[in-house]
Amino acid sequence: MSKEEKKVNRRDFLFTASYTVGAVGLGAVVWPLVHQMNPDKAQQALATTEVDISQIEPGKSITVLWRGKPVFLKRRTQEEISEARSVSLKDLPDPQKDEDRVKKGKDEWLVMLGVCTHLGCVPLKDKGDYKGWFCPCHGSHYDLSGRIRKGPAPTNMEIPKFEFVDNNTIKIG
Amino acid sequence: MSDQEYTPKSKAGKWFNDRLPLLTLGSHLTDYPTPKNLNYWWTFGGILTFCLMTQIITGIVLAMHYVAHADLAFASVEHIMRNVNFGWLIRYIHSNGASMFFLAVYIHIFRSLFYGSYKSPREVIWIIGLLIYLLMMATAFMGYVLPWGQMSFWGATVITSLFSAIPLIGESITTWLWGAYSVDNPTLNRFFSLHYLFPFLISGLVILHIWALHVPGNNNPIGIDLKKPSKDTVPFHPYITIKDAFALLLFMIIFSGFVFFSPNVLGHSDNYIPANPLVTPAHIVPEWYLLPFYAILRSVPDKLGGVILMFGSIFILFILPWLDTSKVRSAVFRPMYRYFYWIFVIDVLLLGYMGAMPAEGIYLALARIGTIYYFLHFIVVLPVLGLFEKTDPVPMSISEPVLSSGGDPALAKKDYDKI
Repeated sequence: MSKEEKKVNRRDFLFTASYTVGAVGLGAVVWPLVHQMNPDKAQQALATTEVDISQIEPGKSITVLWRGKPVFLKRRTQEEISEARSVSLKDLPDPQKDEDRVKKGKDEWLVMLGVCTHLGCVPLKDKGDYKGWFCPCHGSHYDLSGRIRKGPAPTNMEIPKFEFVDNNTIKIG
Repeated sequence: MSDQEYTPKSKAGKWFNDRLPLLTLGSHLTDYPTPKNLNYWWTFGGILTFCLMTQIITGIVLAMHYVAHADLAFASVEHIMRNVNFGWLIRYIHSNGASMFFLAVYIHIFRSLFYGSYKSPREVIWIIGLLIYLLMMATAFMGYVLPWGQMSFWGATVITSLFSAIPLIGESITTWLWGAYSVDNPTLNRFFSLHYLFPFLISGLVILHIWALHVPGNNNPIGIDLKKPSKDTVPFHPYITIKDAFALLLFMIIFSGFVFFSPNVLGHSDNYIPANPLVTPAHIVPEWYLLPFYAILRSVPDKLGGVILMFGSIFILFILPWLDTSKVRSAVFRPMYRYFYWIFVIDVLLLGYMGAMPAEGIYLALARIGTIYYFLHFIVVLPVLGLFEKTDPVPMSISEPVLSSGGDPALAKKDYDKI
């Protein structure tokens, strides 16, 4: 008996082959059921938004909706830009230069997702300890470059993919 | 289950019972030997069954009128409140019913903590109960999203964003949960589907919970093992059914008080503002029954750390039967545990209060102390207490302290009357 157990026979092969095919089949059935919950084509189709920025005065900002999320477009004054650039990178929880958060030559335009990186609330503008944004939900403070300075949020507010179509239009996405 | 062999009296009954022994099950449930000293804290199992059935019945009715669409959901809830015959009543029973359900489940859980009902041989009952509790929280959370008001929307955003704290795959999981790039119509649709499904999963687990209970039988206020059936037990029917029914009536009076006199007192007025993805309410709070966990989440100044501690505060309950090293079940005979029990109760209430307050200044400091103590209770107090606590003598049977005059067991009896 023990001798027979050790020997790989036709039945062992059939068992292994059946389990393998069964597992692949099960995976093939489960994956569509899981993947159907990911964003559908209609959601993906909303991937770009064009915004007219000609009416925004320096120091002011607007909020537009992109893929269901608010996007802040702020036209910063020279003082605000220089203040954002005077910060030492050592003081930042998520070190990033202000220059890397804007398009070169368009430094006054800060375009970022208005979504707190903690748990997704919309931060309030011109509030908080760093004159930038403040999230009322759990108390995260952002500076004039949208970088996290204080509070539970782990990273700076996200910069979406965007480009200047012309001087008065920004395409987000 | 130590049932005696049951034979139906009628010939038809016998014919049926031989093919599907439902009558045997009925007889088991009727005669089920129950400790004769169960107090009113033991009536909450029945009350919870009532709550679950109420939520399912009112929920099915609400689903006949509700529309799960981001553009229509808010209006359809108002339609239920204003146009549907008795719609206001059914919705208020359903929304307050959720709160009543949690009130009852918290009393049920704290009963178990006081009398040591989670200890051997009842660990599996305890763990199934916790799974029910987890499903209840998920169901209640998704139900709160359905009216699509401001609190619905931002509550959904904050809670689903908890998963984004997971390293590497967090963002993909959140997007997968949303079915969009933010909380949106697909999110509402799937939440409605799952909100309808989960109560039936809970029902299944409730059956397992009761099945697991009927193997060792009920724990009791003095926490001793009983011989069953014996003079220490009474049949479930009519002794326990009538006691449960009386407690249920009292519970329904409180329930009705909320439904008819202050149906919105447990809700938040911001949820009567339609969802707006551009504006977060200044002060967002979850429903009262989730506040202690919310306080734990906010007391940690790190995103991932906060999420881990919040989930940890629930998952630590799963290993509670092994953290509590004391062999004595009931707190009636554990003089020191009794103090720590009440400190723990106060700690959870304190955390709940801090969860409703803004996370700053003294509130944040107290929430941090509360969070630390919450974990200390399980990780340090309970294991150590079992080793050093000098417990009071435990009686041999329920009848003994009543029948014998004087002696230690009688003292113990006096002690347990005080509780």
